[in-house]
Amino acid sequence: MTSTAANQADSQARSRRIIRQLRTGLGPLLAALILICIGLSIASPEFLTTSTLTNIMVQVSVVGIAAVGGTFVIITSGIDLSVGSLVALSGMVAATVMAGSSPDNVALGIAGLGVALVVGALVGALNGLSVAWLRLVPFIVTLAMMAMARGLTLAISDGRTKFDFPNAFTAFGAKTLVGLPAPMIVMLVVFVIGHVLLRKKTFGHQVFAVGGNKEAARLAGIPVNRVIFLTYTLAGATAAVAGIVLAGRLNSALPSAANGLELQVIAGIVIGGTSLAGGRGSIVGTFIGVVLIGVINVGLSLLGVNPFWTQFIQGGVIFAAVLLDAVSQRRKL
Amino acid sequence: MNSERGSEVSTGNPHHAVTNAGSTVAAPPLLRMEGIVKSFPGVKALRGVSLELQAGHVMAIVGENGAGKSSLIKTLSGAYEPDEGTIEINGQPLARGTHAAIDAGVAVIYQELSLVNDMTVAENLFLGRMPSRSGLVLRKRANEMARTALAQVGLEGVSPSMRLGDLPLNKRQLVEVAKALARDARILVMDEPTAALQREDIANLYAVVRRLRETGMGIIFISHHLEEVFELADSAVVMRDGATVGARAMAQWTEQDLVQAMVARNLDSFYPWEPRDYGPVMLEVRNLASPPVLRSASFSVRAGEIVGIAGIAGAGRTELLKAIFGALPLSGGEVLIRGQKVSIGSPAQGVRNGLVYTSEDRKLEGLVLDASIEENVALSSLLALATGGFVSNTKKRKLAQEASTRFGVRASSVMQITGNLSGGNQQKVILGRATATQPAVIMLDEPTRGIDVGAKTEIYAHMVSMARAGAAVIMVSSELPELLGMSDRVLVMYRGNIVTEIPRDKADSETVIQWATTGVGA
Repeated sequence: MTSTAANQADSQARSRRIIRQLRTGLGPLLAALILICIGLSIASPEFLTTSTLTNIMVQVSVVGIAAVGGTFVIITSGIDLSVGSLVALSGMVAATVMAGSSPDNVALGIAGLGVALVVGALVGALNGLSVAWLRLVPFIVTLAMMAMARGLTLAISDGRTKFDFPNAFTAFGAKTLVGLPAPMIVMLVVFVIGHVLLRKKTFGHQVFAVGGNKEAARLAGIPVNRVIFLTYTLAGATAAVAGIVLAGRLNSALPSAANGLELQVIAGIVIGGTSLAGGRGSIVGTFIGVVLIGVINVGLSLLGVNPFWTQFIQGGVIFAAVLLDAVSQRRKL
Repeated sequence: MNSERGSEVSTGNPHHAVTNAGSTVAAPPLLRMEGIVKSFPGVKALRGVSLELQAGHVMAIVGENGAGKSSLIKTLSGAYEPDEGTIEINGQPLARGTHAAIDAGVAVIYQELSLVNDMTVAENLFLGRMPSRSGLVLRKRANEMARTALAQVGLEGVSPSMRLGDLPLNKRQLVEVAKALARDARILVMDEPTAALQREDIANLYAVVRRLRETGMGIIFISHHLEEVFELADSAVVMRDGATVGARAMAQWTEQDLVQAMVARNLDSFYPWEPRDYGPVMLEVRNLASPPVLRSASFSVRAGEIVGIAGIAGAGRTELLKAIFGALPLSGGEVLIRGQKVSIGSPAQGVRNGLVYTSEDRKLEGLVLDASIEENVALSSLLALATGGFVSNTKKRKLAQEASTRFGVRASSVMQITGNLSGGNQQKVILGRATATQPAVIMLDEPTRGIDVGAKTEIYAHMVSMARAGAAVIMVSSELPELLGMSDRVLVMYRGNIVTEIPRDKADSETVIQWATTGVGA
């Protein structure tokens, strides 16, 4: 082949790749989000206001934060069903530690934050240990953990809601900074950290390799078990952060908090283009997926749609996302 | 290169197709494919392929990996829709889709059999079309019909109501042929039918093919084994770069011609072996054991050496390499690297200790097929490419480009997905990854399995240069000529033990086979 022909083939391949990325990558998802936003701002004058938009971000923050760790797990072809219960458990344990504290007790507030994070990461680590070294099936392990964590939450609270936390704790859920609500800021920070971890750090590369081909990754010298262990630990830790934000926002810890949250988390991740089969996915996609769900929820209520239909429409969006992904994957062949 | 042959080698002109007698026939042939073009993103898999197959005729299709053989077969089976060109069966154009192809009598047997292990033999033969009346399956009738089909492939002894998975692999393959017969196939296509078979099963398959030929069936088979082509085929078509570059009756081909047409370059120096100077001992293994397969292995390899490991399947060759590498648990023995005793509990520790291992199974254990060349090359070097845990994209790109250039990976860029590469190029990506860690010991498990002749010679040359650069190279291979051609000495394994070591000048096929099959010398 002459060099001009090779160059031509190169540039052709490049432009084809760009077109394919636009068609099959995050392009359609982002387009869908933008179209829905345009439609809603035409249909309802209330939509395109700062308060509605920040409200959406606050509403999706708990799901979004938990979805960051969940994305790592799903890219390794795992699944974590325990995140909803973990959000509740970490909040409840923190509430128990901070019981009877005055609003100004900074030390107890910090202790609450620390305890919540440790509980989340520990339970996540237990998931990771079981999946990585004990070779148990992620679905079942995390299903069991979901029940155990919820049961523990009920047991330590005796089924009662706990409230009134130190300001140092509630700041992450209730404060505003330069006019922006704390849950939104925390969520954005967690997403940025997650994105950097997945895209730029060695760990992220290892996560993709493990999800793409576990055995090849192992024989290439990647510590596969450790990587899997760390993804579940991370998922536990982000669930704890979500628990802190939720408990702080409500200034109370409910034993039934975040019930069924794991399904919204998984929905957001999958809508964002992360493959349940592993090896493919992105934090940016998860962000768009989670925000899309939030926009649809708020949009439906602005349009006065019967709230009973909201769940139905959510399910339809998930179905459409999975269908779109499958079709574009097939076309790639 | 082969300019004097140029005039003899046709370029896919259908009039060059030959029949048993070597003369063209007026009646429409059983199968005529003309001007078939098929493109995929980035690749033109077929660029105008034409061929003709007569009834009662066996045609071999040969060519290097990536020449377009599989794409051609998939076009015929309806799995791919050609961009251009026509396919006619008995003069009738073939409709689109796999169903139309099956209805027209095309049966394709792929390397990976398409049978269901948990169903009975008869259920497999009539998969999706079990004889039935008013919705009820007529099991007795199915079994009778199955018996007829099984008898035609020499499986009289197999009961139709037996679970398929209980049959050995060689018989399952014949069941697949019987399935084609049960569908009244007139054109039988087999992709590397003997790749997984032992010697006596191969002879059995040949007999079945010859019997089917006499019944007027047209048979196409793809093969990498030239002796098989000469043994079985009436004619051979050579493919290269997505086109047919030669179609002749078998009598008009010589082995040399075929190989030359396939690779279009000279194969004089097939094994680029030369004597080398050795350095210090890089790897020493003492009484290594990993149950149940590996019992006890002791040997050492010096820097600059290429050591071959021979043995029949199940002798423990792969297990030996994996045990050294930390991929299998040890029950005893020790490993020394550069004279230092090391304890390696995982492949990650193996890599850290200067070892690399490339698997015999590229797709299952070698590559992340959905990831790019770049990501795959970088996999073992992520720590080295990172500063403070951040992987440098520039360094990663540079590493991949260097490896890609060094090993001659043919791809549009290092961003190309490895799943779309040919076997030879995939293997080069894996070698690029392995050598990127600058290992002291390189363990290659069947490094040329299933890759074409041209890529093989390139990989041999790379083995020599790795050894030259001071690495200790260990190769496990089931291809004896390659093992004898490339190794400085050959270790033979038998039932989990290294039973002998044969220096290069004493290593010949008979000696190695004697040791490998009996565990003792002549």
